Amino acid sequence: MTARPALVIAAGAAVFAALALVPFVADGYGMSLAIAIANYAILATAWALFSGPTRYISLATVAFFGVGAYTVAVLGEVLPWPIVVLAAAVNGTLLAFVVGLSTLRLAGIYFVIFSFGLTELIRQVVTWYEVKVTNTVGRYVFLDTDQSMIYWQLLGLAAILYLTGYLIGRSRLGFALRVIGGDETVARHVGIDTTRAKLMLFVLSALFMTLTGAIMAPRWTYIDPAIAFNPQISFQTVIMALLGGVQRLWGPLLGVIPLTLLFDWLNANFPNHYLLILGIVFMLIVYLLPQGVAGAIGKLSRSRTKPEPETDRKAHSAEARP
Amino acid sequence: MTTLLQVSGLTKRFGGLTAVREAGFTVAAGEVTGLLGPNGSGKTTMMNLISGNLKPDAGTVRLVGKDITGRRPHLIARGGIARTFQLVRVINDMTARENVVAGLAFRDRPLWGQAAANEADRLLERVGLGGRAEAQAAELTYVDQKRLELARALALSPRLLLLDEWLAGLNASELDGGIALIRSLSQEGVTVLMVEHVMSAIRQLCERCVVMNAGAIVAEGETTAVMSDPAVIAAYLGEEDD
Repeated sequence: MTARPALVIAAGAAVFAALALVPFVADGYGMSLAIAIANYAILATAWALFSGPTRYISLATVAFFGVGAYTVAVLGEVLPWPIVVLAAAVNGTLLAFVVGLSTLRLAGIYFVIFSFGLTELIRQVVTWYEVKVTNTVGRYVFLDTDQSMIYWQLLGLAAILYLTGYLIGRSRLGFALRVIGGDETVARHVGIDTTRAKLMLFVLSALFMTLTGAIMAPRWTYIDPAIAFNPQISFQTVIMALLGGVQRLWGPLLGVIPLTLLFDWLNANFPNHYLLILGIVFMLIVYLLPQGVAGAIGKLSRSRTKPEPETDRKAHSAEARP
Repeated sequence: MTTLLQVSGLTKRFGGLTAVREAGFTVAAGEVTGLLGPNGSGKTTMMNLISGNLKPDAGTVRLVGKDITGRRPHLIARGGIARTFQLVRVINDMTARENVVAGLAFRDRPLWGQAAANEADRLLERVGLGGRAEAQAAELTYVDQKRLELARALALSPRLLLLDEWLAGLNASELDGGIALIRSLSQEGVTVLMVEHVMSAIRQLCERCVVMNAGAIVAEGETTAVMSDPAVIAAYLGEEDD
């Protein structure tokens, strides 16, 4: 069942090489869809890299995405592009360390709320800084680039992300994250430094989100905090990842492709009811496909009959904790 | 006889409730020591304090003379204290083998890859789960999940094994098998501290016993002597129901 690593990596490389040819055949609309899919493929896969195994639902995606975009908006015209990207990476990593250290001790719903609130805080701080200190409400991003260049950069980033995710999935770190997701108390008592493992994956995941924001920034031409830190990006990332399934590396992609197309169509045809429909789609996915498309596929292919667990006896050994 | 674990003056309060009060006892290397007491007497809190799951408000825990009080649980686990849980805890969506590898991959001298898989299979065999390596932990029966938890604890190659009511909820024949398993581990040199309510198991397995009541240690010594201690009878044996 498990394929040889060299084979998997070679197959992946072939797929990405083929995808690199898209700009030669696609028209303007096709390219804009391809960029949207690549954008969300990275965001959702990076999100699942951390949130999949640990089951910590983060709504902070756009905090990192926005920091990447804003770094480009501020530095894009004064520094060479590779340095700008590097600066974005540093900013995103630093922010992720601070956010991670302050939130990863929270569990469940507290983490969700905090990650969301924190994103709003960052947006307000950036807005305040721009208005009070730099006297701007928004910034123009004029960079010498085009759709194809943006697409190729996203594709390259996606290739690095998939390779990273694949290697982590086979590593002790990836395994540690699965144990943490399964039972964090057990994880600690088998010697896993849970804080460190979660922090490493959180920062790594945030790094990819930041770089995506940096690459996407020139596409907007004009950005302000409301655009760069739009919480809808965080929500859509979660919805797509959950629809596709977060237990497999390729899972989120199965949610990204159909939902990017669906959201594009909804946005064009029902711009006023878009958010309402988004919410309904989210509820339906969580209700009908709790394990995502990838999980449903896995369940079908593994149609073994399970013996009844003896839950009644487990209750017997319960003792009220002193 | 060398002292492996030394607990002294250990105190833990939850708000107004003192769950463990200036408790002190020792566990000798190579022995099986029972930790007894009625429900709510602080036994599980004691296990959590020793394994680092809780931080004490006062007192010390020493492992072979080294102060490990209040250290983080993963460091205590790597330092040689492994535990099972009162309510069985296995990683449901992992296979039995993966559950045991969890115990091997992050210990002081970690194993990974094929070496870890081989060692995991050996440990599964050891606890009577040979041939079940590929089974999902969730699909195992209750007693097999308990065995799996024990294999995961043994994977840490612990100096001290903490068993929190590991024999609870087993039927008569499972109980005999469980007692035999713990005894054979002890004969291999594993030191065990076990919270237990099953009196027959305590008599068969434990050389020494420590008895808690209302958070304090009320008796400590050889099992037969402790069992006839009036304080113990008053605190505990009067409530025996098995």
